[in-house]
Amino acid sequence: MKYQGVEIEDTFAEAFEMWGSRLIITAATPGWAETAARVATGLATSIIGCGCEAGVNRPLPPERTPDGRPGVPALFFTTSKEAMEAQLLTRVGQGVMTSPTSACFNGLNVRERVKVGSRLRYFGDGFQVSKYVEGRRLWRIPVMDGEFVVEEGMGVRPAVGGGNFFIMAETQEAGLAAAEAAVAAMVEVPDAIMPFPGGIVRSGSKISSKYKGQHVSSNTPYCPTLRGQTEVELPEGAEAVFEIVVDGLDEGAVRKALQAGIPAACGDGVLRISAGNYGGKLGKYQYHLHKLVRG
Amino acid sequence: MGCLSCAALARTSTEVTLRRRESSSIPIEAETISPDRFRGLSETQIARLPAYYGRRLVTLGDLFEIEGVHTDQIGVEGDVSHVKKIGYGMTRGSLTIRGDAGPHTGALMSGGELTIDGDAGDWLGAQMKGGVINVMGGAGNFVGGAYPGEARGMNRGLIVVRGNVGQEAGLRMRRGLIVVLGATGDFPGAHMIAGTLLALGRLGPRPGAGMKRGTIVALGEAPELLPAFRYSGTFEPVFLRFYIQHLIKEGLMLSQRQLAGPYLRYVGDFNELGKGEILVHV
Repeated sequence: MKYQGVEIEDTFAEAFEMWGSRLIITAATPGWAETAARVATGLATSIIGCGCEAGVNRPLPPERTPDGRPGVPALFFTTSKEAMEAQLLTRVGQGVMTSPTSACFNGLNVRERVKVGSRLRYFGDGFQVSKYVEGRRLWRIPVMDGEFVVEEGMGVRPAVGGGNFFIMAETQEAGLAAAEAAVAAMVEVPDAIMPFPGGIVRSGSKISSKYKGQHVSSNTPYCPTLRGQTEVELPEGAEAVFEIVVDGLDEGAVRKALQAGIPAACGDGVLRISAGNYGGKLGKYQYHLHKLVRG
Repeated sequence: MGCLSCAALARTSTEVTLRRRESSSIPIEAETISPDRFRGLSETQIARLPAYYGRRLVTLGDLFEIEGVHTDQIGVEGDVSHVKKIGYGMTRGSLTIRGDAGPHTGALMSGGELTIDGDAGDWLGAQMKGGVINVMGGAGNFVGGAYPGEARGMNRGLIVVRGNVGQEAGLRMRRGLIVVLGATGDFPGAHMIAGTLLALGRLGPRPGAGMKRGTIVALGEAPELLPAFRYSGTFEPVFLRFYIQHLIKEGLMLSQRQLAGPYLRYVGDFNELGKGEILVHV
């Protein structure tokens, strides 16, 4: 099918079960809340090399945060609850607690929790203070600018990772502009993140390699410069491909993000929209592009 | 959980209403007036529940007109200022007293909502373990406190008193939050083990005497502190903002601006553990 003159391939994006968590990171100013959240979610592009995938949602006004200060929701995705606990402990401990005026709260209303504040509290060296309000326990940890307040447990829930689509364009410039437009539309969807730099990935991978011990390698069928050397799956005239990967706290969040992103990507110079899958053998979730575009 | 401001709703058809037959200064003990005891009972069955009129064993039907069935929402009307232990140990539902309440109201409760339109007597919410108590008027001594011989007072939950409270509010409290919009009497937070006492009006003399841990927040005029407390510093307590957000959600007319710091922090009581704190609004 065609959408705004762009070919939408009859294929689907294959996505996987993950574990998701949502933290609300607050600070005295919107800028410092953003800084703390960006640092905590930094270097979390791919589960393969980073241990988790993470990103931020739109900032929250003070009246919508647990402590009435400016806040930013930060979303994290891992392959297990154990991995989530380890990642959050490191990222909150090193990225949020160190950031001036910050505080960190659970942002998911679910029963299942991983321990974060209850482990970080030992940093207080015996001077940490617990506060318990309506089923939520906070830890007040003394730090050099006052106190770092962190919630004891952070909610985790089954989530969806790896929703994706490819933008195949005539030029790198056109492809990047389309990808940026797609991301701009997708960031408005709550509970979904695009974990790669600026929401866009250029080094898509396949899960095989000619080298022993190398589990993933360049996604050669989508590398335009390999035309003539190996088999490529690109339309005639496509000289650049950008991929957008989406993780969401539920299936619907990923779907909504894809539905927002794909039409927005169908701009000048874009030849085809495609998606990555493993024939439906590995992932629980399938997002068919035609259905997404039809709405 | 309902809105504290509108908790004193008019009687609804889904509640059991108890109307006091006559006023009397003779103490009545009626811990059977509880959503846990009323749930699933007919008017006749409720009327047969026991109570003490002085030292005489009577039934609720002897003391109250009863209307409504099969619900865990209770409304109490008429003069019950001499009726003790209403809502004692309740774990669920809602109980609204449309007037003044007697001593021990809501003591040992662990869940549900208890609303008093008027004033409450002594031992309001003593040793409570959960739930919400909302008093539109004032309250007597030992709000959320521990009974004599008991190690711990209030252990969880929320008590909001819009008027003044008597002496030793929060006596030996272990957890939970007490909010007093009026003035507190002498020795507020005495022997606190933990928890939080938030006083928006004048904090009574000698707060936190013997406290081990816990927080007393004074938003009114600067209180008279015991010498066993030391000045620790001035700061903006973020955790207090969390409490305020929680109270705003509960319907209390507070604002972050009203309670914005900084606060002077005093730590003590150094005759005890010395890990308690009194925060005095600047």
